Amino acid sequence: MRHLLSVDDLSVQDMERVFSLSDHFTEVSQRPIPKVPALRGKTVAMMFFEDSTRTRLSFEAAARRLSADVMCFSVSTSAVSKGESLRDTVATLSAMGTHAMVVRHRSAGVPQQVAAWSDVSVVNAGDGWHEHPTQALLDCYTIRDRLGTVADRHIVILGDVKHSRVARSCVKAFVALDAKVTLVAPATLLPPAVETWPVDVSFELDSVLSDCDVVYGLRVQTERQTQALLPSLREYTAQWGLTVQRANCLGVGALVMHPGPVNRGVEIAPEVLDRPNTVLNEQVRHGVSIRMAVLYLLLGAEGAES
Amino acid sequence: MRNTPKGSIVVKGGLIVDQLGERSSDVVVEEGHIVGVGPDLSGDQVLEAKGCVVAPGFVDLHTHLRQPGMEEAETIESGGWAAVRGGFSAVVAMPNTDPPIDCAAVVQEVLALGAKAPCEVYSSGAITVGRKGEQLAPIAEMAGLGVRLFTDDGNGIQSAGLMRRAMEYAAGLGVLLAQHCEVDSLAEGGHMHEGEWSSQLGIPGVPAEAEELMVMRDIALSRLTGAPVHFQHLSTRGSVAMVRAARQGGVPVTAEAATHHFTLTDEACAGYDPVFKVNPPLRPADDVAAVREGLADGALDAIATDHAPHSLDSKERPFDEAPPGMLGLETALALALSELNLSIQQVVGLLSWQPAAIAGLQNTHGTPIAVGAPANLCVFDPEEIWTVEPDELASRACNTPYAGRQVQGRVRHTLVGGNPVVVNQQMRQ
Repeated sequence: MRHLLSVDDLSVQDMERVFSLSDHFTEVSQRPIPKVPALRGKTVAMMFFEDSTRTRLSFEAAARRLSADVMCFSVSTSAVSKGESLRDTVATLSAMGTHAMVVRHRSAGVPQQVAAWSDVSVVNAGDGWHEHPTQALLDCYTIRDRLGTVADRHIVILGDVKHSRVARSCVKAFVALDAKVTLVAPATLLPPAVETWPVDVSFELDSVLSDCDVVYGLRVQTERQTQALLPSLREYTAQWGLTVQRANCLGVGALVMHPGPVNRGVEIAPEVLDRPNTVLNEQVRHGVSIRMAVLYLLLGAEGAES
Repeated sequence: MRNTPKGSIVVKGGLIVDQLGERSSDVVVEEGHIVGVGPDLSGDQVLEAKGCVVAPGFVDLHTHLRQPGMEEAETIESGGWAAVRGGFSAVVAMPNTDPPIDCAAVVQEVLALGAKAPCEVYSSGAITVGRKGEQLAPIAEMAGLGVRLFTDDGNGIQSAGLMRRAMEYAAGLGVLLAQHCEVDSLAEGGHMHEGEWSSQLGIPGVPAEAEELMVMRDIALSRLTGAPVHFQHLSTRGSVAMVRAARQGGVPVTAEAATHHFTLTDEACAGYDPVFKVNPPLRPADDVAAVREGLADGALDAIATDHAPHSLDSKERPFDEAPPGMLGLETALALALSELNLSIQQVVGLLSWQPAAIAGLQNTHGTPIAVGAPANLCVFDPEEIWTVEPDELASRACNTPYAGRQVQGRVRHTLVGGNPVVVNQQMRQ
């Protein structure tokens, strides 16, 4: 594996490899000194052209626990704010001896462009509405950890699928691992040509709740109201919010997931966030070990085992 | 640059293809005009045309020459060389320059620069001031300088009321309006065709209906006013069908298709290379098939290039930040011959006399090859197979979507006003 730009870059075997490495790195993370020398001497550049807290910190923690050196880059403090082109920024960081670039950008496709312009491994940390493959991997890992397997699980992805890179990656990964996926959203927040996606679609939530193993909520951006996609957040919550009443209809053991950050009380009621089967913190925790596994596979797999 | 050469030139051994049909004949040119058509003619200079087609020079209704204002991408001179290398003896320069061609002063600048270009450069004019769709530009003043075609190309006129008045005003002056059909409120924020590929790629899309709604509206306005309207770069099955039906119903509309809309599909955007970003966007295969059908059955009158040079820098931005547009002048003939499955005469008609008539140039370009006609000629080898190499194009930019593609049919000689500006594929400075 040279790059991780899309879930499409991964075979099922690749995913299983990531999960078993992640098991190992989860154990590492629980040690008193949660660090292995696997990527000593390697430099990972964090190229976050768009604001991000959890993903950037998660990748940084992953790289540091593998003993890689980390170069951090953010738009507001870099030459990009002086008008440097994307290609020149990539060339500059390449020239500094980077071994991998972790790229987040508001435009779809930028990680592909970066990969085409440089010789180093590129990890997509979220590009526009396109993909966020490490998020999908950590979500699969979390489901696998809680429910034993992803295969044959019924996963409801709820909310703004149209504008969601998380949804695009998750659908690919869940389907590749033989889960059944149902998208639930108002029609304005479904992607075009959704009939070509390998999923079922429902415009209402109540009928699918009793039959699902996972409800995966997506963030609703407040600006969707001004784009005539939603009448109001109040109406969204009433129709598609995971309220306490709706959460009570879930089967025993069904999980509630969300990529964060949550609009509390909009997508998910605060009380539901505190339930034991709501696993947002586990998703975040698994994110670090999954990203360790991905960086290790890209940069260290031929090197010494830790 | 277009000094009439001394002495006569004979185009030897070719097959003439024009609106009168096909005939093997030599053609002699002198002092800007055709002075002899027949067997075994001679002249002071010989242009070998054995195995070649001798056609009236091509006319591009839709060329972005980028001057004034964007000279890093193209100049009127470099674009002119790209034109003649593609067999075009005349181009209509689009008005989305900086400043835009929306008043007499800018028309005069374009025409003055065009006089030094290797092809004939005709200026279009904007319909509205600044191409903003708010207030009519001085159309009569620009028409007085010879502008025949008015368009806000790049922007469609959003207001039906304004478009109606512009059509009435232009028709009264005997000039033609050309519309870039796109309803902004549907297209806004989109960067490729809305469909299966945009859905997968996570790129905001533009539905086909953004184009079709304006085609529908302008057909209705043409019926209302009786004024003709020309549709630029139609790209969807619905648009082609509406234009076909409107013409059958006697509504005075004409239409062009851009080369890329019958050769490429939206799948080309899958690699996120902004070279494949264009407006209207590349469409799915069914729309591509419809454009081909329209060119074959006469629903569409002309092939236009929508030649849109952009600097390398601007095409190395993220897909959604890069400007739309692709080169077209030097590849249009080869792609039409390679891809359309039409007779050579049909292809030449789509590139030559049919667009010439729309641009009001039928007396100087696209004329039948006969004694006394202006010597605007394109001589091409319909069999030559070649590979498109961006660096070898005459255009200052290299944003061709056909890099590395093998195509068939190549211009050998181009004469503009009797001057052999391209000889054996070489530019004659």
